[in-house]
Amino acid sequence: MNLLNLTAVELGKKIRAGEVTSMDAVRQVFERIKARESSVHAYVTLDEEGAFRRAEQVQRQIEAGELTGPLAGVPAALKDNLCTRGMRTSCGSRILENFVPFYTAEAVCRLEAAGAVILGKTNMDEFAMGSTTETSAFGATRNPWNLEHVPGGSSGGSCAAVAAGECFYALGSDTGGSIRQPSAFCGVTGLKPTYGTVSRYGLVAYGSSLDQIGPVAKDVADCAAVLEAIASYDRKDSTSIKREDTDFTGALIDDVRGMRIGVPADYFGDGLNKEVKAAIFAALEVLQAKGAVVEEFDLPLMKYAVPAYYIIASAEASSNLARFDGVKYGFRAKEYDGLHDMYKKSRSQGFGPEVKRRLMLGSFVLSSGYYDAYYQKALKTKALIKEAFEQAFARYDLIAAPAAPFTAPKLGESLKDPLQMYLGDVYTVSANLAGLPALSVPCGVDSEGLPIGMQLIGGHFQEKKLLRAGFSYQQSRRYQGPEASADEAGKERSAYE
Amino acid sequence: MADDISDEMIEYVGILAKLELSEEEKRTAKRDMGRMLDYVELLNELDTTGIEPVPQVFPVCNVFREDVLEDSGKLGKSAETAVREDILANAPEQKDGAFVVPRTIG
Repeated sequence: MNLLNLTAVELGKKIRAGEVTSMDAVRQVFERIKARESSVHAYVTLDEEGAFRRAEQVQRQIEAGELTGPLAGVPAALKDNLCTRGMRTSCGSRILENFVPFYTAEAVCRLEAAGAVILGKTNMDEFAMGSTTETSAFGATRNPWNLEHVPGGSSGGSCAAVAAGECFYALGSDTGGSIRQPSAFCGVTGLKPTYGTVSRYGLVAYGSSLDQIGPVAKDVADCAAVLEAIASYDRKDSTSIKREDTDFTGALIDDVRGMRIGVPADYFGDGLNKEVKAAIFAALEVLQAKGAVVEEFDLPLMKYAVPAYYIIASAEASSNLARFDGVKYGFRAKEYDGLHDMYKKSRSQGFGPEVKRRLMLGSFVLSSGYYDAYYQKALKTKALIKEAFEQAFARYDLIAAPAAPFTAPKLGESLKDPLQMYLGDVYTVSANLAGLPALSVPCGVDSEGLPIGMQLIGGHFQEKKLLRAGFSYQQSRRYQGPEASADEAGKERSAYE
Repeated sequence: MADDISDEMIEYVGILAKLELSEEEKRTAKRDMGRMLDYVELLNELDTTGIEPVPQVFPVCNVFREDVLEDSGKLGKSAETAVREDILANAPEQKDGAFVVPRTIG
């Protein structure tokens, strides 16, 4: 039986029913990885031996009735900024090339308690700074739908792995759209939870006030199951929130009657690719036909979100990444003259250009004389954006938006002009600034066959509304991966080899 | 703003960021930072008089705990030794249970 087309929840069900074992799933997924990884490069670290050992252990626990959850025995991948005890955690950076954490991120511990089998760590933009996964020190990941295109970023490895069938689901992190945008580009479903819902303990920090861990999967039902497993109050993360309503799978109801969906006019104006716009409007019609009320409205301040975001994220990054100094862990330069020179040389040789660019900007906006004009101004803008969303959610259950203004760009195009790349984050950064949950669901492909994603944004703690709307939408749109085209590409390649 | 970015400013920011940039990198940094700052000037259109800056979306405060090892049970060995070994295992250079750094005082 080919298991790779199953969703995580479907596979979990078959494992619990005794139809297949966790080892079967791991075996098939590694066969796929061996066939596809040389062209996709979704992973930076794989642990085949560990995965089989773990699958056997989980299988025994399932058979003994100790593990009964929907994800027990299902193979998963982790973005490489989530600390894993005994498994390298590189953040896509040379500076952490040899870093092997001695503790595991809380979200990963939760996943393991739910019976996850970890396959390895996925590629990402260096320290999650980038929108294409091309800034990784370990080379770019390619989009499984078309290998000449990027998978998006920064969780590009996680999204590509899911799309390529190289795992059943993955964890990503989202600071300015890093789950939602690559999910859209790779035709998979990704969810950024409300800030504070998933513990950030063990997530290597980028922009701490914006970072949130979330699921990447084949569909909304899988995302709900994963979020239910990883959401927790954790006193090891001082921004963690106590929530009672984390029974997310209970929200998987095919009913959007009376649900009010606001469509910000500015989000669908100039600058949005026409095919992307058409696909999202078609998706909204599906929801409307099911009884949702879809209404255009004015959401102000859209053009201020990207500048505010880049100031805040870079400022926090410059502070967070000060810890990489060549002393306690990570890369140390070979030659230096004294302590400060060692710091500077280690960092300069260890960080790539995009990280340096943001560290420079962040250090500048926090420097004396510029702090008020830039950093404080950005925090005030953030207050206004948060307020604008709160007003919108007084009228609407959800806001519909694109996940990105275009489909996946070609490799090598985006990094030529960093500012242009940053502008591509226009639809996603607001949810991070305001701490809102947001979901990206696939809603078709463009004329080149590249996936398009619709983003749904919810009010604080309204993941259930997102999941319900996404689940309802996906009733008529079962997950379709790029496998067909990928298999053809594989045949073509083997014909040449 | 872009014109205001002097070579001295790039040097200074490099010191703050603890980065040693090559001449080429300095030129790029000057150009990129200039463009970025020109762009974020957009925020000046917004009247933020009387608006309180929001560093965190939800009000948060520090969470305190006693400074004691909580993981000891899992590790098998004497907790303190095990944690020390674990921590030092990633150090580029270590000696006698401590991190080795270049001499800082003569």
